[in-house]
Amino acid sequence: MSSTIREADIGSSKVTPLPARAAANTAVPPDHRIARNPGMKLDLGFMESVRSVNRSALERRVASLTKRRSIKADNQAAWLLRAVACMDLTTLNSNDTEERVRRLCAKAINPFRRDIVEGLGISGETIRPAAVCVYHPFVTTAVDAVRGAGIHVAAVSTAFPHGLAPLSTRLQEIEASVRDGADEIDVVIPRGLVFGAKWRELYNEIVSMRAACGDAHLKVILGTGDLATLRNVMLASMVAMMAGADFIKTSTGKESVNATLPVGLAMVRAIRAYFEETGYLIGFKPAGGISTAKASLDWLVLMKEELGRPWLEPDLFRFGASSLLTDIERQLEHHLTGHYSANHRHAMA
Amino acid sequence: MNILDRYHAMEYGPAPEARNEADAWLAARDFGKALFIGGDWKAASGGKTFETSEPSSGKLLAKISDANAVDIDAAVAAATKALPKWSAASGYQRAKVLYAIGRAMQRHQRLFAVLETIDNGKPIRESRDIDVPLAIRHFIHHAGWAQALDKDFPGHKGVGVVGQIIPWNFPLLMLAWKIAPALAAGCTVVLKPAEFTPLTSILFAEICERAGVPKGVVNIVQGGPEAGGAIVNHPGIQKIAFTGSSEVGKIIRKATAGSGKKLSLELGGKSAFIVFEDADLDSAVEGLVDGIWFNQGQVCCAGSRLLVQEGIADALIAKVKTRMSRLRVGSPLDKNTDIGPLVDATQLERVKGLVAEGARQGAVCWQPDAALPSSGYYHLPTLATGVSPANILAQEEVFGPVLATMTFRNTEEAIELANNTRYGLAASVWSENVNLALHVAPQLKAGVVWVNGTNMFDAACGFGGYRESGFGREGGREGMFEYLAAKLPLGQIIKPATTSAQPVEQADGSAIDRTAKLFIGGKQVRPDGNYSLAVATAKGKLAGEVGLGSRKDIRDAVSAARACRGWPEATAYNRSQVLYYLAENLSGRAAEFAARLTELTGASAKAAREEVEQSIERLFLYAGLADKFEGRVHQPPARAVTLALHEPVGVVGIVAPDSSPLLGLISLVAPALAMGNTVVAVPSERYPLLATDLYQVIEYSDVPSGAINIVTGRSAELAGVLAKHDDVDGLWVFADAETCAQAEAESIGNLKRIWSGNGRGLDWASDEAAGDAFLRRAVEVKNVWVPYGD
Repeated sequence: MSSTIREADIGSSKVTPLPARAAANTAVPPDHRIARNPGMKLDLGFMESVRSVNRSALERRVASLTKRRSIKADNQAAWLLRAVACMDLTTLNSNDTEERVRRLCAKAINPFRRDIVEGLGISGETIRPAAVCVYHPFVTTAVDAVRGAGIHVAAVSTAFPHGLAPLSTRLQEIEASVRDGADEIDVVIPRGLVFGAKWRELYNEIVSMRAACGDAHLKVILGTGDLATLRNVMLASMVAMMAGADFIKTSTGKESVNATLPVGLAMVRAIRAYFEETGYLIGFKPAGGISTAKASLDWLVLMKEELGRPWLEPDLFRFGASSLLTDIERQLEHHLTGHYSANHRHAMA
Repeated sequence: MNILDRYHAMEYGPAPEARNEADAWLAARDFGKALFIGGDWKAASGGKTFETSEPSSGKLLAKISDANAVDIDAAVAAATKALPKWSAASGYQRAKVLYAIGRAMQRHQRLFAVLETIDNGKPIRESRDIDVPLAIRHFIHHAGWAQALDKDFPGHKGVGVVGQIIPWNFPLLMLAWKIAPALAAGCTVVLKPAEFTPLTSILFAEICERAGVPKGVVNIVQGGPEAGGAIVNHPGIQKIAFTGSSEVGKIIRKATAGSGKKLSLELGGKSAFIVFEDADLDSAVEGLVDGIWFNQGQVCCAGSRLLVQEGIADALIAKVKTRMSRLRVGSPLDKNTDIGPLVDATQLERVKGLVAEGARQGAVCWQPDAALPSSGYYHLPTLATGVSPANILAQEEVFGPVLATMTFRNTEEAIELANNTRYGLAASVWSENVNLALHVAPQLKAGVVWVNGTNMFDAACGFGGYRESGFGREGGREGMFEYLAAKLPLGQIIKPATTSAQPVEQADGSAIDRTAKLFIGGKQVRPDGNYSLAVATAKGKLAGEVGLGSRKDIRDAVSAARACRGWPEATAYNRSQVLYYLAENLSGRAAEFAARLTELTGASAKAAREEVEQSIERLFLYAGLADKFEGRVHQPPARAVTLALHEPVGVVGIVAPDSSPLLGLISLVAPALAMGNTVVAVPSERYPLLATDLYQVIEYSDVPSGAINIVTGRSAELAGVLAKHDDVDGLWVFADAETCAQAEAESIGNLKRIWSGNGRGLDWASDEAAGDAFLRRAVEVKNVWVPYGD
């Protein structure tokens, strides 16, 4: 199943298979068969057709969405494992050190206690975070640490988290991260371009970022907490995808408002509209503030309901998270033992 | 399936809600004693029971006491006995009881939800997240009304013992909508739940026992049509509140005609769901899910007619189909179920039959490819496209998960299609353009309009229909009025008009002969039949002759009133000025009208002068109130404002009394006009010359043609014609008891809003025969929900 579910179940897929992309680490999961989004010309008319985003209706949708679906027992355990497999285990702090990053990578390689793995009966398959996500200076550390584990290394480049350095500087940062071995680049957009409706400028910047990425996948962070309206979120999402984003991502984790479900809903609907227009499948990454197992299930439900099964794979869906993993471990332990667990019973990242 | 298999499958799997508490509750009850009367649990006096079963399996749940007329007598007696003390209790005391009910329901809300789902078949998500919380909200909201009664409703008191009959689609919620305002108003209650769904009402009765509701204040009688009929016809009941089908609503209207019972009817619908090209289409699709696939479509206000603008129709339909294929049909107790079974096999057969007939008539019916559970009364969500307005699926209320779709070209056509129905319960308008949405909402003939939303409810916001969706409102301030009686100053009992000997001797031979005509569409016209009616002076001499109006004249007058757009669409300020001007012009001819009054009625010169003066004053009053009897803005517990708009009822027939022939006529016509209604007035049969004199004043007072039409003739006959005219929206009759009763009975063609004096006049000269009580009759309250946020 893991390698065959690659067709969107919304409408007829116009996806053209492309060769699997080369990951920085050797053990590329065999199922990366998403045709890479080539982008398209900036189409303001198309943007106009998707600009209607009714916030209160989206809020009502997400409020009922999380009540409409409930995942119990073994299914819940399976879904939580899925959340781990779709995780970019992240450390993005100003006091990060190489040792801290190595610890994070070790946790990513070995996310669960052995008794949990055995109890769940999942030792036959490697389930671990899809990537680790670090600042540029730690890319080489991370690449070394996860080598051979099939874990991608994502770097936040482009003057994270504000994106306000000169474009040339930001592009150089991307190139440097790629040179160091990062195969996923999380870039931020200058939010001011959205407020000024400078779509052409934003589009051009992202196009050049994509070019700088080369084979590395481009995740475009919109900083949705700064964008004020869901309409802005929708339009910025569209520009990012037209410019060739492989993923669109909500937040840096540094805005005062992080990933929220209404924002996520607007973005996944943008992804759906882009798919319907172009046939390309774009990934989605909510990041920031997703720290509980329950919340991760809500997001997975959102993906399944609005986009379908293909968006429950790590090549189309990622959580940007740091403490989420521990909460999931606690829930998994509870699933096995019936006892509520404590954080200190699980290895820290 | 092991966890790794599930990890790859990523299916939801079953998430059953536990039912053990509900089953224990069921097992512990003696449903053979399920009648809650006077605080006791009683068996049906006839010893009969009916069965309630589980829609998801067809399995028997319980055999419930089946009340007959004797049991209804006992319940009404208990309610009557409890009434004096309950109605005399302070608002605070009643508020405490309502609050206690709400809190007790909160403490048992999961049991309520599970029982509701077991009994009705609605998904547990809905009963848990919508029905039960809204029911609780209703009681807590109305605790406040109980306490605010004296301040907010001066001159009103509880109507007395009320009989309430509720449907099976929202058993607990409809119970709450009925009982909460009644108790707040100081009424006592006999409520009959639907046979399909008795369980939550029984649990509610237990809650009442524990919450300190005095014995006899709430009586809940289980039963079928016999019990319902006994309630409707019971002379000890002062008000009937009914929610159910339009068919039964009409039967109730007819049965209560002439009884003096207050009546509110919340009936069927065929609500339009209008999607404009600038709408958020994905959200509109979710709106449809909440609209037509909520409670399996068994919702009176379900958005069952999708009207979509041509340019986006294909895109929207594609999205709808995709969304439909994600709806999960299954056990209602599963938390992941979107669509459960219909309530009963008969309902399932009915829906299937309508879908088949709709397809036969040319609709293309589409269903997602999904398996249905092997037992239970399930029906797949169904999309019918290419539905013409004449198709049965566009006309009939299906009460199932069936969406009928048609397209429109422009705003005007959208409104026309939306209003092309006998019903008028609700509508949804989807557009990101608030200018468009608020342009359309007032033009929709519907009691509730949701902008960019659907099926939003709150206890503070009135709910109820236009047209054949019934009358009366539930919730909010207007809902309270349904359980209150205004103290109007009663006048004399009106005797039937007798055909007296026609006077022949001319009263005054010196004047030039004058021909009084009918006044229709702004013109003086001769009666269609070309017959006349002689009018006698007080001394029995011939004062003149008026046209003998017939059904054809009423037909013409109603057409003229309907065609008049200038009046309902005028600003309130504009109407106000016209009414002032009318008063001004009447004042200029006051002496002439006083003389006419004296001539015809024999009133003293002083009394006649006073009646004219009061008539002018009353015109002045309503001129001044035209721009003041306004709606409200509600702030429900959601990010939305609800605009409770006062809209004119429409075309209002007015059958005016003989007593105070000028003042009585003006007391009725003026408030109707002030609120923007157009009027077909049948003036006093004995003194019609006052009205024919009046039209001359109307003619030069800038009243638009057709706003007021006057048809003289036999009141009883013309009242009957008006009652039977299906394009008359409201009818006010102050005539003898039989004429009133007949008008009520014959109003069922289109369920027009009837206000009858029940054979009694009012004391028209009293200051209390004016004001809000009249204006309230002249408006429909339309609640327009406007969610916001950007």
